[in-house]
Parts: sequence; C-alpha cells; structure tokens
Amino acid sequence: MDEEVTTYGPKWSDQRVERMLGALVCGVVALLLALIVTVFVHAWPSFSHNGLAWFGGSGDVEEQLNAISLSAQTSGEYVYTFHAWPLIWSTLLITGGAVLIALFSALFVAVFIVEFAPEWMSNILQPVIRFLASVPSVIYGLLGVLVLVPFIGNHLVTEGQKASVAGVISLTGYSLLAAVLVLTLMIAPLMVSIFSDGLRAVKPGWLEGSLALGVNRWRTTWKIGVRSARPSIVAGTVLAVARAIGEAVMLAMISGSVAFAPNPADGLIFIYEPSRPLGPTIVKNIDQLSSPPFNATLFSIAAFLLFSAAMFSLAGWLSRRSMRKYLMP
Amino acid sequence: MQDIPLTVPPVPPPDQADPPGAHQRKGAVEGSATWSLSDRVGLAICWTLGLLFCAIAVAIVVYLMIQGIKFLRPEMLWTPAAAGFSETETGGFSDAFFGTMIVAVIGITIALPIGIAIAVWLVEYGRPATLARITESTIEAIAGIPSIVLALFGTVIFSSTALGFLSRTSEGVVFGRSFFAAGAMLSLVALPLIVASVREGLNSIPRHVREASYAVGKTKAATTRRILLPTCRPQVATGAMLGLGRIIGDTAIIVVLLGATQNFAPVEGVGFPFNYLRGAGTTLTNFVYEASPTGNLNQPQKAYAAAFVLLLMVLALNAAVDVVHRRARKVGTWSH
Repeated sequence: MDEEVTTYGPKWSDQRVERMLGALVCGVVALLLALIVTVFVHAWPSFSHNGLAWFGGSGDVEEQLNAISLSAQTSGEYVYTFHAWPLIWSTLLITGGAVLIALFSALFVAVFIVEFAPEWMSNILQPVIRFLASVPSVIYGLLGVLVLVPFIGNHLVTEGQKASVAGVISLTGYSLLAAVLVLTLMIAPLMVSIFSDGLRAVKPGWLEGSLALGVNRWRTTWKIGVRSARPSIVAGTVLAVARAIGEAVMLAMISGSVAFAPNPADGLIFIYEPSRPLGPTIVKNIDQLSSPPFNATLFSIAAFLLFSAAMFSLAGWLSRRSMRKYLMP
Repeated sequence: MQDIPLTVPPVPPPDQADPPGAHQRKGAVEGSATWSLSDRVGLAICWTLGLLFCAIAVAIVVYLMIQGIKFLRPEMLWTPAAAGFSETETGGFSDAFFGTMIVAVIGITIALPIGIAIAVWLVEYGRPATLARITESTIEAIAGIPSIVLALFGTVIFSSTALGFLSRTSEGVVFGRSFFAAGAMLSLVALPLIVASVREGLNSIPRHVREASYAVGKTKAATTRRILLPTCRPQVATGAMLGLGRIIGDTAIIVVLLGATQNFAPVEGVGFPFNYLRGAGTTLTNFVYEASPTGNLNQPQKAYAAAFVLLLMVLALNAAVDVVHRRARKVGTWSH
C-alpha cells in the first residue's frame, strides 16, 4: 500500500492527471480545427477565382483540369477555372442511389435480425453483417472491376444501347449501376448494425402494449419498434452517407473515371453510363498535388466533401433533436 | 414459421423469471399464419434480403478463396515486386505485405494510448461540461471525415519543414510521404472506434466499484489505472482490433501519403529502422488498387492473391473480436 502512495502520490496526483488528459483532449480538438482551417485555406484560391461557377456545369471538366495542370508547368498565369457540376452530379446519383437502396434493405434486415429471424438465422446473420462491414473497400473495388463490371458490360448492356451512344461515350460496364450496387453493399452493413442496436433498445413495454391490444407482431414492429428507433435510424443513415460521399478508391476503380454527367432524361440507359464522383477525382489526380493551382483545385473538392459531410451530420443532429422523446432514459 | 396461430407463453417459475426490463423475445411466439397478405410479403422480403446478404458474403469469401488458392504462391510473401512484362516476371508483394504490418503497428501505437486517454477523460473527468461536449462532437466528426480529406490534410502537415525529419528531405524540400506520415493519419481513422469501445467499457462499470476503491484511499488516477482499465480490457482489445481492421483496409491515405512505389524506398544515410520508416512504400491495399485492371500495374492475378491475403487478415481480426467477446461474456458482467 505504501508503494501505491509513493507511486501515485505526488507525481500522478489527480489534478495533474486531469490536466494532462485535458491537454491531450484539447490537442485533438485543435487538430480537427486545424484540419478544417487548412483545407479551406488551401481551397480558397479555387473558390475565389471561380465564385459560384465552381458548382456550375459549363465546359468539359477534363479539359479544365488539363488547363490547370498545364498552366503550372508553363509558369505563366495560373489557371483556376473549374466547374465541378458533372462530378457533383455523379456523386449525388451514386450516393443517393446507394443510400436509398441500402436504407430500404438495411431496415428490413435489421428488423429481421432483431424480431423475426429464428435464433439460428440471426446467429448467422450477425457475423455476416459484421464481416461485410469490415471488408476493405479495395476488395469490393477489385471484385467490382473483375466480376461485376464485365458482367454488366457483356450481358446487361445491349449492342443497340452501345451503338446509340457510341459518339458520346462508350459503355463498357464501368457504370453508375456497378458503382451504386457495390457502394450499397459497403454501406448497408453499417446501417444494419446501428439500426438493430436501436431496435433492440426499444422499451419492451411499448411493444408489449401494442401486442396486448391484438396487433400482430409485424405491424407492432413497424409501427412501434421502427418508429421509436428513428433516432438511431437517422444516426445510421448519416454515418452511411458520410462514408458514401467520402468513398474514393472503390469508386475510382469502378465508376468509369470519365467526367460525364449521366442524364436520367435519356431513359434507363443512364444507369449504364460511366461518370466520376468527387472523391475519385482527387485520387486519380493525386500526382498533380505539387502544382499550386491543381493543389487548390483538389483541396476545393476536399473542402466541398468536408462541408457536405458536416451538413449531413448537422441535419441528422437537428432531426434527432426533434425525436428526443423516443430516446431511452 | 409455426402454424400455431397464437400460443400463450408459458409462465416461468418465479425463480427463473427474467429480471425486470430484460427483453423477452424467446419462447413460443405468434406465427405469421394469421397475418394479412401484405405483412407476409414483408416477412418474405426480410427473409430474401437476409439470405441475400449471407449469399453475398459466402460468395465473396469463396470466390476470393478460389482465386487466392489458384494464384497465391507462398514465395510471393517474401519476394519483392519487380519490373517485368508478364505476371511471372514481376515477383511478389512482400514489400506490400510488410508495409501493411508497419502501417498497422505505427497507427495503432499512436491511436491506442490517445484513444484510451480520451475515453478515460470523457467518462471519469469530463469537466468542464462544455469541453466534454465539444470533445464528443470532435470524435464524431473525425469518424465522419472522408479518409481522402484526412490524406490531403496529411500532405500539408507532413510537408512542413518542421516535420521534415519524418520523411525524405532533399534540398530543403520535404517529400512529406512516408510510413510515419501514413501511420499518423491512419491513427485518426482508428481513433473514434477505440474511443467508442473503451467508453462503452468504462460506462458499463458500476459506480460502486469506483466508490469502493476511493474508500480504501486510492486516488482517481490509481483507480483508473489499477481497477477500471484492467476491468475493461476486453473493450480495449475490441476497439484496438476494430481500429486495426480499418487501418489495414484503408487505401486513400496510403495512395496519397505513402508514395506511389511498389517497393520500399529507404532514405539514405539514416540508421535502421528509421531509413525505412521515413521512406515511401506500399501496402496490400495499395498493391491491390494498383494491380487491378484500372491501376498502373494491371496484374489481376497478383491482385487476387494480395486481396486474398488481405481478406485473411480481416477474417482473423473478426474472429479475434468474436473470441474476446465470448470470453468476456463467460467471465460475466457486474451485478448491480
């Protein structure tokens, strides 16, 4: 006992430990602030040169990127012109599609695991979900490139469809469809695990009350269980959206990497068209990082990603606030 | 599902009754036979999607296993990559394999102590309350930052001259890409998982345990060190392994911060092991990315082999998490 007192007495006094840990915590907070400030400061030249046209869609993004990189090499005036709309649109389509499908299927699977699956089935499903959530994105990308993309290119896209857009873009299987499917597979397990935690935490009394009134288990689960688990459904969705818009490497492998904006007005063929979201644009052009105007452009994309992820978190937080009454005490 | 429309659950004898609040789901339940058609269609969707997820997981494992066994040669794990025209000439991916290990060790060595410290501060100290709230949001925010943004941020801080000793420097220009840089940024990826897991562990320890320790004259710091942290060792291990899984699976940070080489590029004139740690390199994820048909190497067979090795690592980590959980459950929880 004496030894304890000497070891933890003066040197590891409570005040001192508290101050040390507090300093560390402040350091981590400061690091996050530094990250936000750094990204926006580096992005500023691109935003200030383009103004709101940064979000616009005039011109060819590939040509703009080429001009930016060329301007740094020829040591003339730096060119910053960059209109990111095709990339933003691609991100919206891929993320939106994947999140919608994943939300639907994750909700059903979570309900299944928590309420309806026989014990052996949920004992299988839970590790399966955990496994799918932990597979590295690059493996999903590899399987997408070597299995899904050739399948779409060879079997789903017809020759007629390929010919109809031959002058504009080539349909090889690198497509919105492949990107959405693989991204769904990546984010759905994340949602399932958060949703099922939420469903498990619903007060049993609420469910039993409904069952006692003669409502069957299915309706009870959806009307009482899922509704009271809404805070965690929002939380899981926000997390999944953040993961989806930030996904870079997998999408760089299978989205097709062409700065092209698929148009749903063209009919169903648009799901076979290639595109390139924001994240993969950074990955594909990373060797240009040392040229100042290109650096600013890449950081402006990163700033946009950071900002949209933050906005989604904020929206999730606001909508969870209005659902406080469902939160367990 | 059972055909019995509605069975009354048997009343358990009093000594076996569930504690109040425990969720009673087991036992005889109402089957779906009495449900309306739409409800039964919904249940069918549940089953379909559940089985689909299982089928996809099995397909991924089996397919990669077949390809892995077909293309993986053990010597690939100790032959470095080489330049060549066909896949037989290009060697293996030993540098990528060891690169993954190095990055994992660096990342977890940074993330684990910091993560534990933050969790301890949040649960045991947490004053002032404003700072605690800010910290919680910070950890949440770090979890939500895309790793490609972290990578770009990393290029800025590790290219600064003050941190030049962590990477290659030539003529005053700091290269900014090294195992140190990548590992440090990857630790941020693992940090939120570790904090969340350790917090959960600390929160599950009831108050009376702390009070008993204070009552015999231990300080808060000693209680944390001697009682609380040893008690939530399973959660620390879980957090560490979840973090490891994220670290070895991340690609964006590696592509940006470890340099675009397929071999170790040690820095000259520096002692071992710092010459390697300060130099550029590669990891399995980066190798798979480069060796896929969209990458620069385009060697699908090697990509499959490397992906199989990576998958085995992930599976091993998952299994380890399971073992820790099961063992922790066997030991039991605190009785309130």
